[in-house]
Amino acid sequence: MKIKVLFFARARELAGTTEAEADLPEGSTAKEAMQMLLEKYPDLREIEGEEGKCVLALNQEYLEKNATTALKEGDEIAIIPPISGG
Amino acid sequence: MGRIERGGQRAHRQTGQQPNIIHFHRVSTSSEPYESCSRTSTQTVGQDDARVNWEGTEHQLTKEQVVRYSRQIILPSFGAQAQSRLCNSSVLIIGAGGLGSPVAMYLAAAGVGRLGIADRDAVELNNLHRQIAHRESTVGIHKCDSAGLTCRSINSSIQVEMYKDGFNQQIAMELASCFDVIVDATDNAPSRYLISDACVLAGKPLVSGAAIGTDGQLTVYNHGPDGPCYRCLFPEAPEPQSCSSCSDAGVLGVVPGIIGSLQALEAIKLASGVGRPLSRSLLLFDALAGRFTTVKLRQRMPSCIVCGTSPRITAESLLSYSYATFTGAPSHDAGPAPLELLAPIQRVTAAELHKWVTSDSVSIVDVRPEAQFSIAHIPGSTNLPFSEAKPQAFDEHIELMRQRVRDAAIDTGDDSLHPAVCVVCRRGNDSQRVVDLLVANGVNDVVDLAGGLEAWARESGVDFPHY
Ligand SMILES: [Zn+2]
Repeated sequence: MKIKVLFFARARELAGTTEAEADLPEGSTAKEAMQMLLEKYPDLREIEGEEGKCVLALNQEYLEKNATTALKEGDEIAIIPPISGG
Repeated sequence: MGRIERGGQRAHRQTGQQPNIIHFHRVSTSSEPYESCSRTSTQTVGQDDARVNWEGTEHQLTKEQVVRYSRQIILPSFGAQAQSRLCNSSVLIIGAGGLGSPVAMYLAAAGVGRLGIADRDAVELNNLHRQIAHRESTVGIHKCDSAGLTCRSINSSIQVEMYKDGFNQQIAMELASCFDVIVDATDNAPSRYLISDACVLAGKPLVSGAAIGTDGQLTVYNHGPDGPCYRCLFPEAPEPQSCSSCSDAGVLGVVPGIIGSLQALEAIKLASGVGRPLSRSLLLFDALAGRFTTVKLRQRMPSCIVCGTSPRITAESLLSYSYATFTGAPSHDAGPAPLELLAPIQRVTAAELHKWVTSDSVSIVDVRPEAQFSIAHIPGSTNLPFSEAKPQAFDEHIELMRQRVRDAAIDTGDDSLHPAVCVVCRRGNDSQRVVDLLVANGVNDVVDLAGGLEAWARESGVDFPHY
């Protein structure tokens, strides 16, 4: 199944792209999707953190970092690190 | 009820919970004295004299206020009562820069009764493309004075207070307690954590905005029974290199303008009690795509160390908490500290490099990003961008550099008294990292320009822009 991944701010810089499509085995969880993304874009480890250095969203709703929510075709995950400029 | 103002004097909203703390470190160099929180009670005027022509109304607006704010008073969803609440409210704006400028101007215009402006910097020419509260005529002036001047020229009937030491740990609790709504318009991570913590401990809603490059973010923290705080969302501080500053990463001027305008709107909604604040909701703005996205946020996190069930940060411990250690960053957008990676012999001064350039006996490699290289560079230099965040990307240039050093050595001849290649960058930090990397890869005969092109602009005698 295919899901869409959106990278914001620093995540976009680290991934080098605004969005990407990920092909995952049926029934994959959000946590597994994140692990796969970190393998594909190792630079993203900078904003990974143990407790949370960025907000994750699934279909525009907050997603717990270790959520075991099963994903489905067409789901959209957003990786949103904070920005601090002003 | 009963709080009204007369002439230019403003009274405060009567909440029945005015803060006990009345002394705070307000600095004003203006000849016009500002009122402090403590003086508000003396400003109260008897109910009868002002209400005489306003029988049967529920608001406390004067005739002049009705005229000034008529266009939003006649708005059915706003009205006289909301305006009245706004006129009796107080908002603290922390940061009078790209975000804080539109916040201060719109809140002054909208008639927020008491505006606090906290900042500690002076206006610089490179601020003016985005910090619209400031003027060419106020370059070099303290930002509080400059923004205060603008606010009062828009609306002389409101009260403006200035906090010229910025929002620091010593006054955080007193200041946060003294205002109804707090607006975070700062430019760095440590300040953002401090402001959020103080708002939680003082029980104040926080309108938080941020902008960098072409990205903007906006939300309201610590509002309502379940609204999260900054730490609930970001319990771990970002890596210092994740926090680009405007001075390093750049910012499209109107982006903080848009986010700041939205912050003003949220502050007005909170202060007037109109509409639904952007709590538990994060608004993301992508200027290049022209797209706003809203993400629903989590509730308050029970394990949060400040707003959770057993907090570790309290009003007392906040004073000694090290925000700089937690975030690994200074609470200032002042550019990185000078690095001392190379030995003095591996470095060259701007004056010395100028001599080499004049005698055409050096090859210059400029490692700044392309956008900066295109502003200005030393004639004849080559651009091979290096990024501290992605040093491995420079690996592909190493062979090129090896070749360059060989060629330059042949060009300048064996009797040359100085290295053949000089690496330059903006401030002299990245250039050291590159020389270090080259030496580690066996590429010698390379130096870097100490102090970077900033030193070149100051000391070489060549006309070169400082940015
Ligand atoms: Zn919290």
